Amino acid sequence: MSDLRFPSPHEAERIPGTEGWERMYPYYYRFTADDPKRKQYEESMFWFYDGLHYPEPMYPFDIIWDEAWFLALSQYNNRIFIVPPAKGIDHRIHNGYIYITPVPVTDAEAIPKRAEEFMKRAGYYYENWDKLHDNWESKMKEVINKLAELQIPVPPEKEDDSVVFDGIGTSTGYHLLKAYDKLIDLGILAWQYHFEFLNLGYAAYVFFVDFCQKAFPDIPLQKITQMVGGIDVIIYRPDEELKKLARLSIDLGVDDIAMNGDSAKVLKGMAESDNGKKWLAAFEKAREPWFYVSTGTGWYHHDRCWNDDLDIPLSAMKIYIEKLRKGESVDRPTQQVIEERDKLTEGYRNLLTSDEDRATFDKMLATARTVFPYVENHLFYVEHWFHSLFWNKIREVAAILKDHKFIEDIEDIWYMSRQEIKDALWDLVTAWATGSDGRGPLVWPKEIAWRKGVMEKFRQWTPPDGMGTIPETISEPFTIVLWGITSESMAQWARLKAVAEGDLDKIVGFPGSPGIVEGIVRVCRTVQEINQLQDGEILVAPTTSPSWAPAFQKIKAAITDVGGVMCHAAIVCREYGLPAVVGTGSATSRLKTGQKIRVDGSKGEIDIILEES
Amino acid sequence: MDMSRYVLPFEECDLSMVNRVGGKCASLGELLKARIPVPPGFAVTTAAYDRFLEENGLTRRILERISGIDAEDVDAVDAASTDIRAWIEAGTISEPLEDMIAENYRLLSRRARMPGIPVAVRSSATAEDLPDASFAGQQDTFLWVRGVDDLLARCKQCWSSLFTPRAIAYRGRMGFDHAQVKLSVAVQKMVRSFTAGVMFTINPATGDPATVVIDSNWGYGESVVSGEVTPDQFHVNKITMEVTKKTVSDKAIYYTTDPETDQVMKLEVDPERREAQSLLEPEITGLAELAKRIEKHYGKPMDIEWATEKSLPYKGEIYILQSRPETVWSQKKREPIEQPKSSAVEYIMAGLIKGKKVG
Repeated sequence: MSDLRFPSPHEAERIPGTEGWERMYPYYYRFTADDPKRKQYEESMFWFYDGLHYPEPMYPFDIIWDEAWFLALSQYNNRIFIVPPAKGIDHRIHNGYIYITPVPVTDAEAIPKRAEEFMKRAGYYYENWDKLHDNWESKMKEVINKLAELQIPVPPEKEDDSVVFDGIGTSTGYHLLKAYDKLIDLGILAWQYHFEFLNLGYAAYVFFVDFCQKAFPDIPLQKITQMVGGIDVIIYRPDEELKKLARLSIDLGVDDIAMNGDSAKVLKGMAESDNGKKWLAAFEKAREPWFYVSTGTGWYHHDRCWNDDLDIPLSAMKIYIEKLRKGESVDRPTQQVIEERDKLTEGYRNLLTSDEDRATFDKMLATARTVFPYVENHLFYVEHWFHSLFWNKIREVAAILKDHKFIEDIEDIWYMSRQEIKDALWDLVTAWATGSDGRGPLVWPKEIAWRKGVMEKFRQWTPPDGMGTIPETISEPFTIVLWGITSESMAQWARLKAVAEGDLDKIVGFPGSPGIVEGIVRVCRTVQEINQLQDGEILVAPTTSPSWAPAFQKIKAAITDVGGVMCHAAIVCREYGLPAVVGTGSATSRLKTGQKIRVDGSKGEIDIILEES
Repeated sequence: MDMSRYVLPFEECDLSMVNRVGGKCASLGELLKARIPVPPGFAVTTAAYDRFLEENGLTRRILERISGIDAEDVDAVDAASTDIRAWIEAGTISEPLEDMIAENYRLLSRRARMPGIPVAVRSSATAEDLPDASFAGQQDTFLWVRGVDDLLARCKQCWSSLFTPRAIAYRGRMGFDHAQVKLSVAVQKMVRSFTAGVMFTINPATGDPATVVIDSNWGYGESVVSGEVTPDQFHVNKITMEVTKKTVSDKAIYYTTDPETDQVMKLEVDPERREAQSLLEPEITGLAELAKRIEKHYGKPMDIEWATEKSLPYKGEIYILQSRPETVWSQKKREPIEQPKSSAVEYIMAGLIKGKKVG
């Protein structure tokens, strides 16, 4: 490791022309050398770039989720379950990129006391997992319902008669402020629940991984996730709904209409016949909630869901109709997945040499399998369903700001922080109440134009992988599983860098799903582009999500810029037996459609064979 | 006279007969029982060795020559070795014994439909003579032996290898009785190997029991066994049978039989073959399948020598030449991977407290 050095966070590169960028983000996110104690703390920690969640710089609004999990993850580790050696995860931002660091318990004497608490508290959750999880699901659905029902009132020219005659006593201006507070509050609440099970889920998984790696030093992480991976996970559900709709269109004889692809024409066409109406009813039913699946990770406001653009699911559905018409199967190879999982589990278990080891393996596998569905399923509830609704509610707020000339475009709102929006709404409603001009129109359009320029400069900049001092050990479960920060991964970072600077025909990422294939590249930057995929091409995408599922019916392999062994592309490729290399950092910019490449999903390597095929 | 007392086909050997046929022949017999493809052959038993010494008046003579020699006196050990080995190699194999060995050799020729079939002649030591696996490897191997006369001469050379200076000194130091030491000889049909090498049913580098590791080079396996080349290396996951790692090395030399001189020779590998992969994917997985079966038969990790046949195009013609228990990882004391605990949360907490090494 000695050859791996990271810069001090206080000496990190500054980008000319972005001076003052810090005001776009919360003040406590800054690295600062002002105070000697804080400076010393920041230098002593190992800060790594959270490229897993944030492949692009932070929009001032979108940082809300970072703040939400800053709080939620840390509190569950440190204040709720009392993970013995690990406190929370601290956050900073530099040049728009989020850096995080696990904070360890440094007082060795505190650990046994924490361990006692952890045994009681975490033990209760592990023992009552299913019951508590059911409870979680209803809490989560309640939050989503409240969000869906939340009205964003538009301040009228004159308040309605009812305000007077029903003696309400409050104005729409007040209710707008209140609704905005409620909206933000629901977002923070959803993220409180997000981590209720996740810390413990990851901890159980980390232990099982650790055990397997000790017993089988050569075992790839892929195989371990295959052993614990669930079958009926929600991640596949939206896609399953599309398949059902494809089948139904054929059964009802309305598949020609469905093949239109263009959503307006399909919906209109279907409404013209009885069978079409039957199909429409099924379609509407599937939309709630399954079409809230995001086309991205859900972390950014620009990750739109199927319900936002029905062309996406409807054109994807065409792939299934075509296959079904040819008599081909579109079903997930579920049976095969189960068989493979059982074969792996039994195979590895049989290679253990003692009864003690087999007993430990059985216990930990059972626990990992109990917790794993949550680890996979929570994403749909929070990042997809909740976020998709949330972004649109914020757009309703933005529409009001736009009407009052505070911003020029609805999509400009993302350049304001949640606190600034609250201030702007005060500015707006007081001016509305007063009948004077707010100051916002003089401030925000100019500021937002400047911020757009800064963000563009951030985008051109490559954030360093890490800053500060590398620790000897890490105990924080998320840091290990999610970001895979281990000595191996540090070495991998060094390798990625060396390769990036050296061999131009080679791209390195993380091995997502095993196998080696050669084929033609198709770069799809958004899910809308998957229609261009030809059979047998290799998909190269920034990241994939369940809404990309139809693409996996056509491709030979998948490559992503972002993601680890647990990302969507890796999970789906393992299921379909396709090689995948994930987390390459730059595949979408370095590979071009039409190139011939070789993908080695076991090693995580991509070679460019021919520039043009 | 009971022929099976002196000569025994591999098919009739098993692990209960180590004293008569030595470890190597016993193991080959076991492999055949497990229906592993082993080139045919036979054991010249320890009884044949005894009888040869007796008939040549060597039993007493050897003991007398050795007795009283200080195991640490290199010169004395060397001199005794030179004398004894010369006596053995100059001895006469009596007609009945010669007939039995020749008869079995002819049977082998007939089975292979090839007159004067080339065989490999190897020492097959008995258990008490095996201090460790590496020592066993010191004993002589003669490749491409053809004809009865050559075979008999090589048998005597094998027998005489019991009296190398190192073997004499070792027994002296350990206090083993020289009279109790016996040697059997394995006579095995030569595989005209296209590629050959060794494999382990456990990863010898990491101890991972789910990995088969195969080392291979062109020609006979001797170049791999002796460490004269850096072989190609392949890793196979035993459970999924995926080839998980391929390392193709620059292979400078190989052993083969010179068709003109009919002698085994060490040659340089043609430039275009030096960095070519010496095994095809189906051969790699075929070998790994055999490794699994052998390990299962023995119930422990094994170290295996193998070869693929040269005269045929690829169609699964893989042979196992010998196998023995793996020694490094098997001798490690086995501790539970995690100390047993009563609940999952206890395991998880222990894991959390230990943390992950980073630096």
